[in-house]
Amino acid sequence: MSVHAQAQFRFPGGLALDYHKLSAPIQDAALPQQLVVPLSQHIGQPAKCLVSIGEHVLGGQPLAAAEGYVSTPVHAATSGTVVAIEPRPVPHPSGLSAPCVVIEPDGQDTQQPDTPADGLAMDATALRNRIRQAGVVGLGGAAFPSFIKLNPGSSVVDTLVINGAECEPYISCDQALMRERADDILNGVQIMLHALDAQRCLIGVEDNKPDAIDALIDAVSRRGDERVTVVTVPTRYPQGGEKQLIQTLTGREIPSHGLPLDIGIVCHNPGTAVAVWEAVTLGRALTHRVVTVTGPGIANPCNLRVRIGTPVRELLAQAGGLVDPDVRLIMGGPMMGFALSGADVPVVKATNCILALRRQDLRPDAAAMPCIRCGACADACPAGLLPQQLYWHARAQEFDKTQDYKLFDCIECGCCAQVCPSQIPLVQYYRHAKTEIWAEERAQRKADVARQRHEARQARLEREEAEKKAAREAKKAALRAKAEKKAAAAQAAGGETAATDDPVAAAIARAKAKSRDKTGGAPAAAAKPAATKPDLPPEAGPKTSQPDSPGPSDNGPGTDRRESPSGDAT
Amino acid sequence: MNTTLSSPHLPVRPTVGGLMRRVLMALLPGIAAMVICFGIGVISNLLIAVAAALATEAAMLRLRRRPVQRFLLDWTAVLTAVLFALALPPLAPWWLTATGSALAIVLGKQLYGGLGQNPFNPAMVGYVVVLISFPTELTYWSQQAVAAGTTLQAQWLGLGAEQLDGLTGATPLDALRSGLSQDLLVDEALAGLPGRTGWLWINLAFLAGGLWLCWRRDISWRIPAAVLAGLGLMALLPWLLDADRFASPLFHWTSGAAMLGAFFIATDPVSGATTPRGKLIFGVGIGLLVYVIRTWGGYPDGMAFAVLLMNLTVPLLDAHTQPRVYGRP
Repeated sequence: MSVHAQAQFRFPGGLALDYHKLSAPIQDAALPQQLVVPLSQHIGQPAKCLVSIGEHVLGGQPLAAAEGYVSTPVHAATSGTVVAIEPRPVPHPSGLSAPCVVIEPDGQDTQQPDTPADGLAMDATALRNRIRQAGVVGLGGAAFPSFIKLNPGSSVVDTLVINGAECEPYISCDQALMRERADDILNGVQIMLHALDAQRCLIGVEDNKPDAIDALIDAVSRRGDERVTVVTVPTRYPQGGEKQLIQTLTGREIPSHGLPLDIGIVCHNPGTAVAVWEAVTLGRALTHRVVTVTGPGIANPCNLRVRIGTPVRELLAQAGGLVDPDVRLIMGGPMMGFALSGADVPVVKATNCILALRRQDLRPDAAAMPCIRCGACADACPAGLLPQQLYWHARAQEFDKTQDYKLFDCIECGCCAQVCPSQIPLVQYYRHAKTEIWAEERAQRKADVARQRHEARQARLEREEAEKKAAREAKKAALRAKAEKKAAAAQAAGGETAATDDPVAAAIARAKAKSRDKTGGAPAAAAKPAATKPDLPPEAGPKTSQPDSPGPSDNGPGTDRRESPSGDAT
Repeated sequence: MNTTLSSPHLPVRPTVGGLMRRVLMALLPGIAAMVICFGIGVISNLLIAVAAALATEAAMLRLRRRPVQRFLLDWTAVLTAVLFALALPPLAPWWLTATGSALAIVLGKQLYGGLGQNPFNPAMVGYVVVLISFPTELTYWSQQAVAAGTTLQAQWLGLGAEQLDGLTGATPLDALRSGLSQDLLVDEALAGLPGRTGWLWINLAFLAGGLWLCWRRDISWRIPAAVLAGLGLMALLPWLLDADRFASPLFHWTSGAAMLGAFFIATDPVSGATTPRGKLIFGVGIGLLVYVIRTWGGYPDGMAFAVLLMNLTVPLLDAHTQPRVYGRP
């Protein structure tokens, strides 16, 4: 393999956009007044808090530990005192709050000492553990724990792809990193290749970033690592989509609902490669990342190396502030990013860009016209979907039909909405449809569980009833046997009245007595036989069954009311 | 802010109105060629049709309680009217133009629910209605540019039969049709026909405008290419076998509504196929039907019927020509 190559393949559809890329160098952001560190900054389980209020922490010290497999710890980015552990607004499309550790920096910025190691001499498990303990997650935006993606299990990985496409307009943090830290990226790549036992690395970079491509080529040639090739890919949105980049680089497609691993590929972001190298070789936790602060609403757009947990407001101030108070703040790019609820949310591991768009830079909502079926959306769709048909069915709430048109293969890149002459917010319809389908599936699962539980309970009640009945029958039979024995004894003693426990016999006796009354007038003594009904002792209910399992969810309201005062109440 | 909060956040450049205006602009060379060939009647047809269409559209939107201004400004009614007017002969009476244009809007578009809802091409619905209702008036094609005064007189007052006979004449397709039915050869049927070159230039002008739209990607190249391929291939075999009795593909491409139909009428997004393969089949079908109607049907040209017939197949085509989805077999 050569050091540099041109992409041999291409993905269908896509768009040419105005890029507004920044070539600003990476500057260190100032120490913030406060750090707000969310416990969940990754896909998977939130981390478990390890510190308490009032505790002093060092930079790089873990604040929370991984909980479960798909989870990573989070660390303090500077030294200071924990002043609060409470829900704070976090960057999330929902605008909700989530548990955060709030640190007041002491101004010393004391860091925990490095614990250097030679990553290439370590075995893969130890490597992954080190990467996990450093809290490394995918820095391209999805924030999936990286150690899991570096664990191919039984699959064979032939290619590591480094996704340096950065296809969204405005974002330039990866470009800056590739330009300035190409060597560190390469260090990370070598560790990743070692962890994956892979023989080839393709670094895909769009051709509108010649500075990054040159820096990478330079670093690779100096290193002389023949496994690594820098591949120039065409500038076309969404080139940086994992599926699209893999298609452009290798011509292979990830199977629907599958992973790159299924076709022997693992894909990482250049920022993640640097974080992996720092974690393994230096023993440093992921506490900083590069964030692009940009957009027409920002006075001095810049690339900042930011402590994770820094409130967005402080970054805006360092970028010269907002030029217009009426801006929308977006985390991520304009095509796939989401609007922030405010400037108080912190930078998290997934924050690659803070974009400020003025009102005139935004898509107006009221302008949507009826669909004219032009099909421009289908031409732009990189997934080969028919966005228009998806839209019709999503709008009509025909969610099963949306699945016929492969709704869940939509990557929500926004190309369709961007070319729609009727200005229909198509992606919004697809997200809504997906959410509805998920909710329906959840409800269905819940109903299934409830039904199974109900059926189990019904079976148990029937079994208990049968057991009760059997016990009752046994008792009855015993009593009858006793009575018969008694009667036999009485008969043997020469008693002439049929004073018997048998109700039929008693009734016959009564009738005989009555007819004697009418004729003879002798009073019938035995009007009520003693045992027309076999009286069971009150504690005689069957005790064989187990009490209900104590789980609170098991005793749903209204389901067990009939049962509680009766036999099982003890 | 009165804006949607979900991505993508950027404003969208193309608009329905912008798209329609560009299609209208692309029609200008063809319109100019028609004016040169037939005179001012083409222009007054356009004006009458546009006025009638806009008035009808406004009235229908009001009746249907839809925002009148927003939908009038989308230029779709204007485009429908222009396409309808370009299908009419230059000496057509004003009432025919106005009625057809209004019916195109009412029957072709608004009764189905307005913009985006109509299964048939509205301009062709209007044209077929007047073609069936007033077949005589639809033959008022002049052989050369007619003076403005005579044109206006023909359109607004009507001309005597003798005067009309002097002005109007067979189009090349008419001539071919009647000539072949009289056992003439193709060359004999078309010999000395004054309008032949004019129609050639008109078609080339529409071709130029259409190619510009394709180059700008305002229309998909698939439908026009498929229409012309269908028409050309269908014409090729009979012509190769018997060039005396069947016109050449080149003649079919440059006669009648071939280019106007391929680039501007068949490409109506609302009533056409939407999938890539569907567009190809849709276009080829139109091309084949145009040839069939021209050669064996009851009318000299067949674009309107071919488009309407293929409009019928669109739901089926769309359902069965879904593209392959990424990552799926």
